[in-house]
Amino acid sequence: MSVNITTLDERTRVTSEADSALDTEEYFVNMGPQHPATHGVLRMVLKLDGETIKEVIPVLGYIHRSIEKICEHSTYRQIVHLTDRMDYLSSIMNNWAVSLTVEKAANIELTERIEYIRTIVAELERIHSHQVAWGVMGMDLGAFTPFLYGFRDRELVTDILEETIGARLTMNYIQPGGVMFDIHPNFVKKVKEYIAYFRPKLDEYEDLMSGNPIIQQRLRDVGTMDGETALSYGATGPVLRASRVPYDLRKIEPYGVYGKADFNVAIGTAGDCWDRYYVRIEEMRQSIRIIEQLIDNIPEGKFMVKKPAVKIKVPEGRYYGHVETARGVLGVFIVSQGKDIPYRMYFRTPNFHNLWCTTAIAPGGRIGDLVAITASLDLVIPDIDR
Amino acid sequence: MTTEELFQVITELEPSAKQSEKTSDRPTVEVPPEALVALMQKLRDDPRLSFNMLLAHTAVDWLEERLFEMVYQLYSPQNQQYLAVLVYVPRNNPVVPTISSIWRIAEFQEREVYDLLGVLYDEHPDLRRLFLEDDWTGFPLRKSYQDDFILERPK
Amino acid sequence: MNILDLLSIPILNISSSGWETITIAQRAADALSGNSIELTIFFLILCILITVSMLAGLGMVLIYAERKIAGHFQCRLGPMRVGWHGTLQAFADVLKLLLKEDLVPARADKLLHLGAPFLSILATVLGLAIIPMSPSIQVIDVNIGVVYVTAITGLGVLGALIAGWSSNNKWSLLGAMRAGAQLISYELSATLGILVIVLFAGSLQLSEIIQSQAEGWWIWRAHIVGIIAFFIFLIASTAELNRTPFDLPEGESELTGGFHTEYSGLRFAFFFLSEFVNMFVASALVVTLFFGGWMPFHIGNWEAFNSIMDLIPPAIWFAGKSAFFIFLLMWFRWTFPRMRIDQLMRLEWKILLPIGFANIFLASLVILTKFHF
Repeated sequence: MSVNITTLDERTRVTSEADSALDTEEYFVNMGPQHPATHGVLRMVLKLDGETIKEVIPVLGYIHRSIEKICEHSTYRQIVHLTDRMDYLSSIMNNWAVSLTVEKAANIELTERIEYIRTIVAELERIHSHQVAWGVMGMDLGAFTPFLYGFRDRELVTDILEETIGARLTMNYIQPGGVMFDIHPNFVKKVKEYIAYFRPKLDEYEDLMSGNPIIQQRLRDVGTMDGETALSYGATGPVLRASRVPYDLRKIEPYGVYGKADFNVAIGTAGDCWDRYYVRIEEMRQSIRIIEQLIDNIPEGKFMVKKPAVKIKVPEGRYYGHVETARGVLGVFIVSQGKDIPYRMYFRTPNFHNLWCTTAIAPGGRIGDLVAITASLDLVIPDIDR
Repeated sequence: MTTEELFQVITELEPSAKQSEKTSDRPTVEVPPEALVALMQKLRDDPRLSFNMLLAHTAVDWLEERLFEMVYQLYSPQNQQYLAVLVYVPRNNPVVPTISSIWRIAEFQEREVYDLLGVLYDEHPDLRRLFLEDDWTGFPLRKSYQDDFILERPK
Repeated sequence: MNILDLLSIPILNISSSGWETITIAQRAADALSGNSIELTIFFLILCILITVSMLAGLGMVLIYAERKIAGHFQCRLGPMRVGWHGTLQAFADVLKLLLKEDLVPARADKLLHLGAPFLSILATVLGLAIIPMSPSIQVIDVNIGVVYVTAITGLGVLGALIAGWSSNNKWSLLGAMRAGAQLISYELSATLGILVIVLFAGSLQLSEIIQSQAEGWWIWRAHIVGIIAFFIFLIASTAELNRTPFDLPEGESELTGGFHTEYSGLRFAFFFLSEFVNMFVASALVVTLFFGGWMPFHIGNWEAFNSIMDLIPPAIWFAGKSAFFIFLLMWFRWTFPRMRIDQLMRLEWKILLPIGFANIFLASLVILTKFHF
């Protein structure tokens, strides 16, 4: 038996000394916790040889809020409000993951209307999340303009969602037993208008970024990851699909009304940064398709089957449910003792799993490649730390 | 592949693995810690099962039973089949073999469990705090963890 | 001799033989030989005033222009609050930078850290001094002007290198090393671009290069060779300016600011200012070498058109042409992403440099065979 507990200091000790004047010496650099390319407080300790990366050691915990511990004191309705603080760009989908698991465990039957509203709102949010991912990709590669183009279009989505939900960033909308409010009377009209507006904008995105030779140079054959590695590292979402594994929960085990919509799963061919970038663009197209098919058919009915005053109790047992958020699979693991609070709650967050791909694909590249890789993984740091 | 067939194949591969009695919404097997690595290796490599994805790994602290319940959620893209593997270790000496050689992500999931629940992993290549500082005392997700800043749930 | 007499030398000096260049340093020398100490001092002060006011004025104007242009490229308005359409924004920016605390890292090499920005700005000022902005607005006309310019831009590298080295920060050091590698490499190509025009003009003096374009600009007269040289020079000078797609030494999203990461306040402003004014110097050089400097735009023997063009003062021609290239550089910056360091080096050593050498060879053939307009 050999349990050896190490510390970061031990891991970042320079072991090799330069032998002669001509030898290069490896050194450690802290990328983060405050670094423009890590979009938050991710810290990566890089072992460098000149500009070439030898090793990436992610150091986490700078925005850890112990959501799982708080969950052990909170009712399921309260927990929903914590989830949208994890991946703030797919907050509604995070709500959905908890609601889905609780509803399945507590046997809550939903109306068609709830499922339709949930699906449409989630797809709208997927679009806005990918818009940010697209813009941030440009910004990380040194082109600032795409960032603002992405945000220009994202603002319009948040406008639509704000009317119904009341928030622009950490939207908590879906809750166990329905959605919090019925959709705003303007919702259907505005969504249709937005789709008509956004379709040509997607082509503009491609004009601005996809065709640019420098973008192609920076992304193609950079950070290539085959499907085997991606599966081994637990990658999900666009990252896994870019590596040619068509794992999309919306297709494999349709929840909501994804089963009624006709859409394709975008997959990449090489698994490099370019594929991860382009899978997202294609997913925006598919999301538009899904919304177009559903928006006219929202049936009448209740938008909430469990009134907020009703305590939701989950029967004793272990429950695992998951949804496909914009960044991958968000799994929710509930251990219940039959009360209205969980005994143990675990969130399997997509970013936590996607992050570790950097340790596999970044070594050998340059610092610029690492920036492209983290951008293509589209990390949201609060989701890693929880 | 039905759930019965799945359990049949698993017991055939690893006789010590038993279908769990615990209520769960996924097919669940229990295995003693010694047989964990062997079972996991077979679950991934056996062509009938090919559980390629380790979706999640976490632990539950059962304070009254004085046990740690290690939970592994597996998924097989080939069969579209889910499986949960449970391992029970005593709370006073929580040591589990690592499966980081089978799935790379396990290395980091195990570090998280060590960090928050204090479960030790045998042969782990880099067992280190993940979220907390290296000199933190205690393991916050244990039910017995005490801290000045923990707020009690209002009654 | 009255000061006013000297000042009233017509800036618009149209004659059939061409444009007569009188630099301000020349006037000071004339005044000295005319035993007029007051006038000499006046002109010498004017020399300093022109460069300093150009430095400050251009800095302000270009910062405002960059922010406004960037804003409109990005579907927003840019600064709008300070003054009419944000015109006073640049002053507010400068005030902010002046009031900021000047930080020097604890373990930095103090002397070098403090000195580096001055070295950077010095190179810029020295470059400004020889730009012929019109026949009468040029501080000094060095007879080896082109060599002088290439030497001065080499000095700018030192500023970046020393800044990165003395900051005692690994990111800064990486930026400095990138700056060193990039600027020195691209200087070769820039020089090759310039040399083509030197071959055509038969002179190293900037005013004479402009005079040689009285018949037509070199971008037109040297046709293919000139156009290739122009593109090489444009790309290389963008790289020397550290602007996107070649902003690796700063590389905001990679190196957090590169060689000037550890600078704040006025010293940071000096780096900033020297980058912006260098942009003007580079554009002015492009204009001088390829687009006839302050020469008006003429078309063959369209006499009426040409004489209308002549009515526009040369200084305005120069300003307009430079402004266009400055706009082009800003356009690059707000459209292109950044290259990677190895791609950058490959572009220089494997693509631009061989083309540059072939182009020089081709240019000498063109000149020998008189196969140009």
